[in-house]
Amino acid sequence: MWLGEPVIAAHRLVKQYGDFRAVDGIDLAVARGESFGILGPNGAGKSTTMRMLTATLQRTSGDLSILGHDPATAGPLIRAHLGVVPQQDNLDTELTVAENLFTYGRYFGLPRAYLRTRVDDLLDFAQLTDKRSAKVESLSGGMKRRLTIARGLVNEPEIVLLDEPTTGLDPQARHILWDRLFRLKESGTTLVITTHYMDEAAQLCDRLVVMDGGRIVAEGSPAALIREHCPREVVEVRFGSDRNAQAAEQLADIGQRHEVLPDRILIYTDAGEADLQRIVARGFEPITSLVRRSSLEDVFLRLTGRSLAED
Amino acid sequence: MTADVSDAALTPPSRRGALYVAEYRLRNMWKWRGSIVAFGIGNPVLYLASVGIGVGALVDANGGGVDGVPYLVFLAPALIAAAAIQGGTDEAMFPSLHGFIWSKLFFSIRATSVTGGQIADGVLLATVVRVVFTSAAYWCVLWAFGAVGIGSALPLIAVSVLAGSAWGALILAIVAGVHDDSGFLSLVGRLVFMPMFLFSGTFYPLSSLPLAVQWIGWISPLWHATELGRWLSYGADLPPWQAAVSIAYLLAMLVGGTLVARVRFERRLVA
Amino acid sequence: MIMQATAVTAAVAIAERHAHRPGAGIYAGRARTVLARNAVAVRTTNAFVFATGFIEPVLFLVAFGYGIGGLVGTVDVAGQVVSYAAFIAPALLASSAMNGALMDATYNVFFKMHHQRLYQAMTATSLGAMDVALGEIAWAMVRGAAYAVGFLVVIGAFGLVVSWSAVLMVPAAVLVAFAFAAIGMTLTSYMSSFQQLNWVSFALLPMFLFSGTFFPITVYPVWLQHVIEALPLWQAIAMMRGLMLGELDGGLAFHVGYFAVLSVLGLWITTRRLDALFLR
Repeated sequence: MWLGEPVIAAHRLVKQYGDFRAVDGIDLAVARGESFGILGPNGAGKSTTMRMLTATLQRTSGDLSILGHDPATAGPLIRAHLGVVPQQDNLDTELTVAENLFTYGRYFGLPRAYLRTRVDDLLDFAQLTDKRSAKVESLSGGMKRRLTIARGLVNEPEIVLLDEPTTGLDPQARHILWDRLFRLKESGTTLVITTHYMDEAAQLCDRLVVMDGGRIVAEGSPAALIREHCPREVVEVRFGSDRNAQAAEQLADIGQRHEVLPDRILIYTDAGEADLQRIVARGFEPITSLVRRSSLEDVFLRLTGRSLAED
Repeated sequence: MTADVSDAALTPPSRRGALYVAEYRLRNMWKWRGSIVAFGIGNPVLYLASVGIGVGALVDANGGGVDGVPYLVFLAPALIAAAAIQGGTDEAMFPSLHGFIWSKLFFSIRATSVTGGQIADGVLLATVVRVVFTSAAYWCVLWAFGAVGIGSALPLIAVSVLAGSAWGALILAIVAGVHDDSGFLSLVGRLVFMPMFLFSGTFYPLSSLPLAVQWIGWISPLWHATELGRWLSYGADLPPWQAAVSIAYLLAMLVGGTLVARVRFERRLVA
Repeated sequence: MIMQATAVTAAVAIAERHAHRPGAGIYAGRARTVLARNAVAVRTTNAFVFATGFIEPVLFLVAFGYGIGGLVGTVDVAGQVVSYAAFIAPALLASSAMNGALMDATYNVFFKMHHQRLYQAMTATSLGAMDVALGEIAWAMVRGAAYAVGFLVVIGAFGLVVSWSAVLMVPAAVLVAFAFAAIGMTLTSYMSSFQQLNWVSFALLPMFLFSGTFFPITVYPVWLQHVIEALPLWQAIAMMRGLMLGELDGGLAFHVGYFAVLSVLGLWITTRRLDALFLR
């Protein structure tokens, strides 16, 4: 599966703040053209990892190589290869949409003549051509996000790193954004994406790692992770918050494994519909019930004992 | 202060709404007491020690003072009035910008049984308290520097409080109409406050300026308060009619500013 | 075509050319792009606020120079007798250079650093910390120097300029503005709230009032005179006054050296701070 040397290689990477290890010895290898995900709840160490990968945060120990360079000594050179989309938009609110792209390109030293056509292409890519003279403040959240992504592409980066690209966006804006990211992926750009949305990871990533407490707890393709850690289907039943625990005990023999959450019970099984019928046949009347396929959300729950929604 | 929207329609308007608002403002001021006191004391000490004594030495050496008294004595009534007006500006302007634009707190308060007019009254009331403190502190420093006599305490403080409150009321009436504050503060500072501070006969008699700029003094509450203050402090020449006009002018600004602010506050908060 | 298939893109080629120079980790040699960003930003915003910055020293000159000037008469400066307006004019020039530079290097820089996260965006590119520091300080310098030059035109029009050496006040204002901008940005990089910045402007008032702006500092006891002489505003005022009155002596060289040291120190510490905040 490897196409030559990995573009990003980390070995026992550590970032320590005082007594706190934000990143606790992780190993990573990202291949050229791959779309690589880093999953985890808030505080798992995703953003800290990301900042080290973007050569804007120095590691405490371990090895890190990005495109064959060490960020500790070749920061500016590495950053010339990268496109960075930070978690919170940091667009230049004193400039217009087009000026944002142009000015950012100038920071890389790109010539004005080149940037004039480049800005047009990027505006087209971000579907913001008719907003080129607008102030950033007047854009919607989704538009700002697309502009931030377009800005990160101004230097034609080999690797684009996106930190929670769709957090806070409405569903429609997310789908537009995913579409843009797919196009990037098709063009052969290596993507590194952190997210705490499992559907996003499943949509966009060829391969991913799950982080928790600064460590990597699992690694693989989305499908393989689900296969490895969960049965095929999940039955979700709710009995009301005061009865869930008791009901779970009485249903212990149904399915392969249970997760009792504050508001519902998850029953992992290979035959969801059949198991739901068995529950009803025993005289239980769930307030709501749902049979669905196992997802990365369930993998995460299995690996960390916590639901992402709780964090 | 939290707003309880659900009961707003059921609760009759409270007669003490203005006091609640003033209480919130004073509690807020209390959090800033360190810088208010430091500025209240520090500012007069700095101006007296520099302009009062330094420039005073030049002036007194040149012609033996101004207006028949040492420069420091001439300067003192102007400085105390200027400090009161500065204090009035701070307490009227920042809370109102905050309430209307930055945090929109006034809109939450208006959702309770407190009316817009009462919010204006409450902010002004707290402004008066601040101005009283500033004037009193300033007077003490002036007295310590020997710039004023003990008998001038009440009249001088009273005139300063009147000027600071009148100006504060005017600021409230104006800020109620401000919707975009970008650059507003620096423009008010540069185009209104600074010219007023420098051209109201504060540091020299207004009559030494060309007539073309003397009008700045005539419309400035600082000049009226300074003229009254010099008369009350060391018995400067002031015709009775001019004293009456100055007092009437400041009172009119206070009353007019308050009335306009009440109406504009209510109109903006229910719109 | 949004992505090129070429192996080495323009941005990488540019970075590779710089990569082997000494100090490549902190300076990519592109401070001018940061400066240019500010020039574009001021065109679209705040132009009016920027312009009114010229007004304040002119108001002080008219009020003090002519209002108080009538009470003071003339002032004796190192043997030369000058009008009071001519006495305070160079001091006001120095202060406007200081104020223009500091306003930008404190409030505006703080806003960019903490609210706009502009430096985070800049340091994510192939710029280094010193590109950002130098570009920002240079912009604050442009602003301070612009105010000072505007004011110089005003005092020329008022007939207060008597010596040809007054022309040298322009480069002097540039140097003073750069030094104050560098120091201002250094201080700002340690601040975590706007309230702390207010203490900076609070500390400026005494410096403005006591640095020989409105009266000779000889009214103070000798020990206090030495304290004031160490302050940057006094140094700037003494330099401007010397240039305006045509007194070019060893003191001038000392003032220039003083500001050169402040400039280098401020630029260096700011660079280190930006590096620590955004790239460590």
